[in-house]
Amino acid sequence: MVGPNLFINYGEAVAVILFGIGFSNLLLQKNLIKKIIGLNIMDTAIYLFLAEKGYIAGRVAPIVVDGVQEVEAYINPVPSGLVLTGIVVSVSVTAIMLSLTIRLYRRYHTLDLDEISMRLKKEGL
Amino acid sequence: MNFVQNFPFFSIILSMFSGIVSSVLPARAAKWLNTILISVVGAMSAVLLVYLMGTGESYVYWMGHFPAPWGNEIRAGVLEAGMALFFCVIMLLSMTGGRKKLLGEVEYSKHNLYYILVNLLLSSLLALVYTNDLFTAYVFVEINTISACGLIMIRQNGRTIEAAVRYMIMSLLGSGLFLISLCMLYDLTGHLLMSNIKESVAVLVSHHQYSVPLMTTIGLMCAGLAIKSALFPFHSWLPDAYGYSTVSSAAMLSSLVSKGYIFLLIKIFYRVIGFEIIAESKVINVLFVFGLLGMIFGSLSAIRENDIRRMISFSSVAQIGYIYMGFGLGTESGMTASIFHILSHAATKSLLFIAAIGLTDVSKGSRQIVDLTGAGYRNKIAGFAFTVGSLSMVGVPMFSGFVSKLLFAEASIGHTYKMLPAVIVLAISTILNAIYFMKTVIRIYVPERRKDCEVITIKNEKEYAVTLVCFIVLNVMLGMLSQPIVQWIHTGLSMFG
Repeated sequence: MVGPNLFINYGEAVAVILFGIGFSNLLLQKNLIKKIIGLNIMDTAIYLFLAEKGYIAGRVAPIVVDGVQEVEAYINPVPSGLVLTGIVVSVSVTAIMLSLTIRLYRRYHTLDLDEISMRLKKEGL
Repeated sequence: MNFVQNFPFFSIILSMFSGIVSSVLPARAAKWLNTILISVVGAMSAVLLVYLMGTGESYVYWMGHFPAPWGNEIRAGVLEAGMALFFCVIMLLSMTGGRKKLLGEVEYSKHNLYYILVNLLLSSLLALVYTNDLFTAYVFVEINTISACGLIMIRQNGRTIEAAVRYMIMSLLGSGLFLISLCMLYDLTGHLLMSNIKESVAVLVSHHQYSVPLMTTIGLMCAGLAIKSALFPFHSWLPDAYGYSTVSSAAMLSSLVSKGYIFLLIKIFYRVIGFEIIAESKVINVLFVFGLLGMIFGSLSAIRENDIRRMISFSSVAQIGYIYMGFGLGTESGMTASIFHILSHAATKSLLFIAAIGLTDVSKGSRQIVDLTGAGYRNKIAGFAFTVGSLSMVGVPMFSGFVSKLLFAEASIGHTYKMLPAVIVLAISTILNAIYFMKTVIRIYVPERRKDCEVITIKNEKEYAVTLVCFIVLNVMLGMLSQPIVQWIHTGLSMFG
């Protein structure tokens, strides 16, 4: 039962695996830049998932060229809209993360978050 | 349509636009704009609350006049309006309480940036409270995260930047989980509006279709919002973020930001999945266990802490645990207790943060509890307010904390197998609370005159004193007038259904 479904929906399966990779990178990597790369992989995986779900094989984007056709002629446009909104959000959070990383690097000359924490403890602020 | 019904939309859009306008205003004007904005939004929410109490039913507001499955919607009931009013009150008091301190903490040229962040925070909180659309909720969750991150790092030192990075990482993990669960739910049901999803989910459950994906989705959604609201094992960012940011930021972060996510989770329970389905699922058992763990470990960490602001922050971890424990009971009374605790914790925690800053100011700025000896005599109003907050947190009658503990105990009684752990942990956590809060209260009232520290009287800091008095009144009101408030929560929850 599980087997065939998994092979038909291989796009979604790949998306979820990528999500897992991105998630664990964001959680476990020590290097801040690698963390941010993990964040981007995670977000992109979600957009891949949405795009896979929105596309229906053999149909076209709902742009009216020569008169409105049957509903069956078009794909679902909502997931594409969600992907666009999501991209905007993830761009802005990536920008914030990168700017914070620059701040930390200028101050401590390292990208390792654990080392920064250790130094902060030593400073005893 | 009545004019009052536009108010939720007005409040969201007003706060968003004031945020944009603040960027070009001088700091002084931005300050006034912010104060006026919060008061106006609070007043509008109060009028809306009275109106909804009168009509006795909630309503749905179409954004852009597109009907249900396509358009975006706002929905307002008594619970939403009351929450918005409460958030405004807490925010106004937190801002006035930390105003004077802000001058020393943030460069004056950056003050208008601070007010932009506060206005954006308000708009995102209001949107989380009012929205009827899950994807809109996700977008505003992110706006909330970004503005909270700004509020942490606007005070420039190594600690706050590190705290902001840790906060962002945890929040982004949470929002990633929330977003993917939201996409899965969209795939399962084909809708993004809360009411439509609920209908589809009810059909799916009654036909026993897709039960595993549905449960996975619910689990991911709960996990995402739990990470964002700092439930126990995910709290590592919290003490630094609350402990080293500006006072107003700490008060708002602890009492509003995490509560916004929790309120969204309550809305998801009632309006997206349906409370019966949630109550039967295993997900709430997980929330229950982590809630209990948080109640104990949060308090234990607080006992070990020597820094007063970090101690209060760790106490927040324990209080978030209480709220999730109430969710975990899976009953209507458990939810009522949790919602009451949201109010009680918000009122008390912001009071404690603002009172603590008064105490550290008269101890040469040292935050170590040892150095606070006798601080209650040097700044009388802050000492009194801190005592009130501590008593409320411990759960002494007359104050709000007592009522929420009573409600939690009542809710857990009669539960077959969750009663014993809930009541026992409640008792242990109360004792632990008493240990660290009473230790501090006794310390600040040790009769030792220190000549080298300045003394602050009420005359010197009128604004600060008035704020603390308002907080104390709010706390006592929540404690004494609990009956009508519980009644209001019941009405609100029944409107959710």
